[in-house]
Amino acid sequence: MAVIEISGLKKSYRVYQKREGLWASLTGLFSREFRDVRAVRGIDLTVDEGEFVAFLGPNGAGKTTTLKLLSGVISPTAGDARVMGFVPWERTNEYRRRFALVMGQKNQLWWDLPAAESFRLHQQIYRIEPADFDHTLAELTDLLDVGKLLNQPVRELSLGERMKMELIAALLHSPEVLFLDEPTIGLDVIAQHNIQKFLKHYQEVRRITILLTSHYMKDVAALCQRVVIIAQGQIMYDGSLAGVVDSFSTHKVLTLQFADDQVPSDLDRYGELIELVPPKVKLRVERVDISRILSTVLADHALEDVSVEDPPLEDVIADLFTQSSEQAEREEVAATQ
Amino acid sequence: MLARAQTWWTILRICIEERLVYRGDFMLGTLMRFMPIITQIFLWTAVYAAASRATLPGGFSKDDVIAYYLLTMVGRAFSSMPGLASGIARQIREGEIKKFLIQPIDLIGFLLLARIAHKLVYYAVAIIPFGLVFYLCRDFFTQGWPPAPVLAAFVLSLIMSFLLGFFLEAAIGMIGFWFLEVSSLLFVYMLFNFFFSGHMFPLTFLTEFLPGWLQPVMQYQPLQYLAYFPAAVFLGKISGPELVQGLMVQAIWVVVFVVVCRVAMQRGFKRYSGYGG
Repeated sequence: MAVIEISGLKKSYRVYQKREGLWASLTGLFSREFRDVRAVRGIDLTVDEGEFVAFLGPNGAGKTTTLKLLSGVISPTAGDARVMGFVPWERTNEYRRRFALVMGQKNQLWWDLPAAESFRLHQQIYRIEPADFDHTLAELTDLLDVGKLLNQPVRELSLGERMKMELIAALLHSPEVLFLDEPTIGLDVIAQHNIQKFLKHYQEVRRITILLTSHYMKDVAALCQRVVIIAQGQIMYDGSLAGVVDSFSTHKVLTLQFADDQVPSDLDRYGELIELVPPKVKLRVERVDISRILSTVLADHALEDVSVEDPPLEDVIADLFTQSSEQAEREEVAATQ
Repeated sequence: MLARAQTWWTILRICIEERLVYRGDFMLGTLMRFMPIITQIFLWTAVYAAASRATLPGGFSKDDVIAYYLLTMVGRAFSSMPGLASGIARQIREGEIKKFLIQPIDLIGFLLLARIAHKLVYYAVAIIPFGLVFYLCRDFFTQGWPPAPVLAAFVLSLIMSFLLGFFLEAAIGMIGFWFLEVSSLLFVYMLFNFFFSGHMFPLTFLTEFLPGWLQPVMQYQPLQYLAYFPAAVFLGKISGPELVQGLMVQAIWVVVFVVVCRVAMQRGFKRYSGYGG
């Protein structure tokens, strides 16, 4: 069953353009120039109940804007979205009691009070039955191992501990849909891992629908069955993480280990040289050429070892982002000419 | 209904706890705030001597003016809202306001409860220096305690002055949805407040110097209810039908600013979600 349905969703911001210099600042007082930033340029997406979906994309791709639209913080310029049948930006209390948004950089807890007090407040504003509240809180604090920290002022907690408390605050009312914006940002590897482990477990047990944005490929690889790549406000890919490489990688990495420590000097004709540590050579070879080149190499040289691998996922995605931003720049230039 | 009352109570309780974290040394601070009373005593003694009149406009004797000054400090303890408008503007600027779009909680209701908590904690501590200063200055209250109905009107007026101050300043804070910085606007407001709330001297002194067409404005303007009106009621300078009318006008202003504040918030949220977020 579709929990999130998005069609043709667009969001533009009008940004005030300030030119440099004092004179420009003065004239800016009277006539202002604005530029439209199209943060989201028409997104169509359907997410089913119990899916754990990752939004990947470079900074400014429109990931956070999409989450803000879905949580009702902003309203779209065009298009439509339904979450559990609700239009998010109508902000009805019925909707607001059924989802949660966690932003890694924003604090929802009361800084000077113990987290337990913030949780009490959430119990009230989300109208959580006392029995449910006690049960959920015990379960969450146990899973995240923060029972001892509940009565300590939030300002005294470490970043990782605070993030755990943020998650508890967001999950107390047992939301059916959870939006996570960079939940592991700024955390060390261990804290990241703990949060991942928790999210994975929680999602598997509760089968809630989660949309997550992250920069860390490890978050995504550990958690999400489905990946949506957003760049320049558009969806570029929607599928499994493994499929990203198949869809976007144009080349493979060919590793050759030559016999007799003899590395031929004419490697260029096979492909682009990435690494040369005799007798080992790494070459970047176009995907379409791989079988032809492999057979030529095997015929011409004595080899001790051969491997053909996909390039690392991080590299593929990084390439993808670079391509898309270059393309966007070209479009922008074309549009202004 | 019961659930809502319980929510409010929890918010109030948590806000009180939060305020208590910062109890600090504001008892001493409050006492220091009464220091100008000494200057006031000298100042008004000199003014009355120079004017060679027993009373100034509005029927204020020298002792009345000093008692008035002390009473406006009580009024301002209710009606002044330190950090309210700038706090709202800061929350908008820094995006904290999002919380109120995402969670099922009313921004104005929440701020009001936080402010009530703030005030209750303040009164609990400030009652000691207030009591001390009033005791030392008791002789300036030449009439003693006012009769019970006047006292009741005074208390009612104080409570409404709290509400008026709150909704007025919250409405100014909502301007932060349109302009990122409200501090200069707040400065203008403070300037008007300084003259027209009457917290330096009774407003009746001012009316004499104002052009005729301003008189009706002065009679109905809202700022007078933040300091002048409750103090004048306590001293018996406003009584009878004039008192009833004053309370009614004050109540109307409270309603007006409740509406203004709420409309500004709704339009502000609409703008916020349309433009930024």
